[in-house]
Formats: sequence, C-alpha cells, structure tokens
Amino acid sequence: MLTQEKLQELELKAEAIRETIIEMLVAAGSGHTAGPMGMADIFAAFYFYILNHDPKNPAWEERDRLILSNGHIVPVRYAAMAHAGYFPLEECLTLRKFGSRLQGHPERLRLPGLETTSGPLGSGLGQAAGMALGARMDGKKFRIYCAMSDGEHDAGNVWESAMFAGANKLSNLTAVIDRNNIQINGMTENVMPLENLRAKYEAFNWHVLECDGNNIAAFVEMIDEAKAIFEKPTVIIAHTIPGKGIKEIEFDYQWHGKPPTPEEAKKFLSELRTLKGKIESEHQ
Amino acid sequence: MINPEAKLSEKVFDQPEMAPTRDGFGKALLELGDKDSRVVVLCADLAESTRVLPFKEKYPERYIEIGVAEQNLATIAAGLANYGKIPFITSYATFSPGRNNEQIRTTISLNNVPVKIAGSHAGLSVGPDGATHQALEDIALMRVQPNMIVLSPCDVEEARKATLAAATHDSPVYIRLAREKTPQMTTADTPFEIGKAVGLWESPHRVQVAVFATGPLAYQALMAAKELEYEVPTVVYNLHTIKPLDREAIISAAQEAGAVVTVEEHQIAGGMGSAVAELLALECPVPVEFVGVHDLFGQSGKPEELLEHYGLNAAHIKEAIRKASARAVRS
Repeated sequence: MLTQEKLQELELKAEAIRETIIEMLVAAGSGHTAGPMGMADIFAAFYFYILNHDPKNPAWEERDRLILSNGHIVPVRYAAMAHAGYFPLEECLTLRKFGSRLQGHPERLRLPGLETTSGPLGSGLGQAAGMALGARMDGKKFRIYCAMSDGEHDAGNVWESAMFAGANKLSNLTAVIDRNNIQINGMTENVMPLENLRAKYEAFNWHVLECDGNNIAAFVEMIDEAKAIFEKPTVIIAHTIPGKGIKEIEFDYQWHGKPPTPEEAKKFLSELRTLKGKIESEHQ
Repeated sequence: MINPEAKLSEKVFDQPEMAPTRDGFGKALLELGDKDSRVVVLCADLAESTRVLPFKEKYPERYIEIGVAEQNLATIAAGLANYGKIPFITSYATFSPGRNNEQIRTTISLNNVPVKIAGSHAGLSVGPDGATHQALEDIALMRVQPNMIVLSPCDVEEARKATLAAATHDSPVYIRLAREKTPQMTTADTPFEIGKAVGLWESPHRVQVAVFATGPLAYQALMAAKELEYEVPTVVYNLHTIKPLDREAIISAAQEAGAVVTVEEHQIAGGMGSAVAELLALECPVPVEFVGVHDLFGQSGKPEELLEHYGLNAAHIKEAIRKASARAVRS
C-alpha cells in the first residue's frame, strides 16, 4: 500500500526526473520532449516503487524486466535510472553526444540496465513476451513490464505479439501504453485511428485496465491489480498528457520530436520548480 | 584429385545418396534437444517443411508456435535469447530473414543475442513454387549485419554440423538451407569449423583457377573441376562459412592460382562472390568470374531446369573456369 509519505516522495522524484529531462534535452540540442515529460510519473513509479531491481547490479538474474519499446522517449528512462543510482546524474548531460553511453535511442550493449535496444517501433512487446515465456518455462518469479507508445500500435508487429501473449496467457507480462494521443504527423485518431483500443486488446485475450497515467497512486493500483491476474497478460492504458508539467507545451503534438531552446528551458525549469513547491506543500 | 583431408563420401562420383540440407538441420535439432535444455525452437507455421516437426513431437514444451508472423518470430526469439534461451527460428528464407529483416537487425544483431535463424527453401532449387519463394538475396541481407555469423552448408551432413556448431556459438547465426535433395558429399569425418573453408579438390598440377563454392552447388563445382581435370588444373573450396570468411585460405589459393571463380545459388550482388571479391580487391587483386544469378528473379520449373536456365550448373561452372583461366594473372 502506498503511504502518503511514499506518494509524496514519488511525486517529487517525477518532478526531479522532469527537470533532468529538460536539462538533458537542452544540452543535447535534439531529441523528444513531449513523450518523456508525459511518462515521468510512470517511470518514477517504476524505478522507485514497482520494480524489484538493484541499480548496483543491473544484471541480477531475478530482477524485474522493464522493456522500453518506444525508444525515442528514453530520456525519461535515463533520468529515472540516474536518479535511482545506476550511473552518475552528471552523465545525463552526455545524451546523444559522441562516445556517450546514453545513445539517442537506447542501446542495450552500451549501458547496463537497459534490457533491450529500441527505437524502431513495434518490437518491444515481442521481446517482452519472449522473456515472459522463457521465465515461465523456468519457473522464475520476476515480472516483465513493457512500456509502449500509442502511435506504435500502427505497426503490425505489435498485434502479432499481442496475439501471441494472449494465446500463451502470459500473466507475468504487463504492458503499459502511453495513451497521449499524439504522434509525429498529428493526433493518433487522425493519423490512423486506434480506438477502440480497449476492445481490441480484450479481443486478443488481455486483461485491460485504464487509468490517469499522471496520477501515480492510480497507476500503482493498476499495477497491483495486474499482479493478481493469473489467466491473462494485462495491459494498462495510461492516459497521459504529452509535455506534462509545462503548461505551454502540454497536449501540443509539435513537441513530440524537438528539444527546448536554452531560453525555453530556463522558463520550463522555473515552472517545474514551482511545481515542486506545490507538491511539498500539498502533502504537508 | 579429391582432397583426402576432406574425407568425402566414397560414392561422391558414383551415385551419391541424396538428401536435402533441411533434413540435416532437423536431425541436429533433435540431438540438441537432448544436449542442451536451453535450446527452444520457434516456427512460423511451417513445422513439417522446415523439418522441426520431430523436435516438436519429442520436446513439445520447448516448441513455440508463432503462426504466420515472421516479425514476431524474430522479436519473441530475441526476448527468449535475451533472457537466456538458445532459440532457433525457422521459416522460408524469403520471409525470415526477408520479411523480418529490420527486427533481426535491431533486436537480434544490434542487441547481439544468440538467436539462430534457419532460412529454408533458399535458392532457385525450390522449383515449382516460383519467384516469391526462391530466396536469392538472403546471404546479402545477413552478411551486412554486424555480429551475425553466416553459414551455408553444402549437404545434409554439413547442415547437421553447422546447426550443432551454431548452437554453441555466442553470436547470432544465420543458416541457409535448401528444400531439394542434393548429393551427400561429406561424411561424419569431414572437418567442420565455423570460419574454416574445406578444400574439396586439388589438382596435382600447377593450379590455374581457384574455385570457391557455397551451398549444394559445391557439388556442381566439384563435378566441373573433375571434368576439367586434364584441361584446367583447379583447386575447389567449400565456403560453408560466408561470414567470417576464411581469409587465409582464400588469399593463398587466389595467389597461387592467379584467377578465381565463385559459385552460389544467390544473386551475384551482395552474395558470397561479392564477399570474396571484396577481400581479394584488398589483399590479392586477381580476375574473378561469378557464377550466380544476374539480377533476376526466379520462376517455376524443375530445379535442374532452373539451374540450367540461370546458368548455375556444372556446365556453366566449367565455362567460368575456362574464362577465368584465360584471364589469369600469372606470376
């Protein structure tokens, strides 16, 4: 059960992750802003509450696996990993630079703890399902999580994997869809409609949950429910706000694939720090 | 004469036994099932024709059905290998590594996880199925991916050995297999080591042409060499490993002969011959004649009709050897 103290801690972690994302992106001069900001709450929940992991021993065999399928939002993962102690926070500023372990899209072999290499969309769920099946064959108790975007559901591989996971009743697998409704060319429902997403997954034999993906308490509750489902894999459709935390970029698909300028970053960081003060006072 | 170290079948020139290379793959999987519990087999709805059915029957708990979904075939296997299994994935080569090439690139090669990709029905000799099912570009697709090992066995016994060797290798491996029965040249005693070419034939006279062949056409190359025994002295190598190439064997044979012929059931562009030519351009630039498919798709027909039409049988290899000999750089 999530206590008020823990919830406040997670919200503050999410806020810190958001600040780091902005700092990373402005230092890199390229990258994606909206997705990482929208998923900061979920990644804070994963790295500081949900995952059974050891930042000092990323290859620990019994660890829970978190697969990031939509590799372009990796700044949120790097930031969460750095705050969790996988590597020094300063290293975040090397994002996308020559020789950095923090590649523009995540590469498993370069940075311990990433689990997979991703960027080309649609192939994370299959890998997560493969791990889940292998783990079940060996009676392993760890869980496999797969973070995905909504836009990548245009890719056929996602549905091939969804069909496979449903058919094999991979209940140790939980997929999390960042339902922020944007993709590069515009709103998902204009580019290639995904709805009814819930009905689609249900038809593929998944247990489907939905929540506000920027509400950490609600998300953690869904994760707990998923653990109690033994007949099916679970998918959590997490409704998030792209660009969450910075009013002027929230909901704007044009922030999908660009970083803030140094001037914008300054403004954004001060807005985030105000948010931090709000979180602290709210929980007092 | 036949290289005695190759320990070829005594019947190699006298009605050798016939079997498809895919059979050797299936046989090896059964052996691996006993040997290593990490071995799992994934199949895209082609269990019988890719010869994984016996494995499925003996080890049902380690047989994973994917259905007609080759992209998923690659990604599920990548996850299994990432976790600690040794997955073999099977389909026709046009679909895997054809259709799922990007998934192989990102989730297997770039991830560097030990998935073993068996592409069956490669080459023109698929026959009546026609161009859609005749993979002529799979070697090219696989050899340009870093970390990937590329194997192309010459007969059923070598396919068995290649499969066993692939299972114990740490890297991702591509194994090219054929549908049709072809002569069994090698024996259990024939040496097999990934990356080590096998000398099949060596003229006792001063060699004028070095022939490098891969896959079942190695038999046609051997026949051509024998038929030209008293006309053009040759050395014939079976390159069962296209990546990594046996640099030493290729360079020294090319140097000695002064001309080269490459033989493969694949597009000339990007195939084994290209790999050999890249090496020779750098280390030992000698004339090369390429026996392979000249930028064309296949079509329906009997395997022997197709090999004749596309210029891949022993008669065409002999022609190429004569041409190469005429172009040879003599020191």
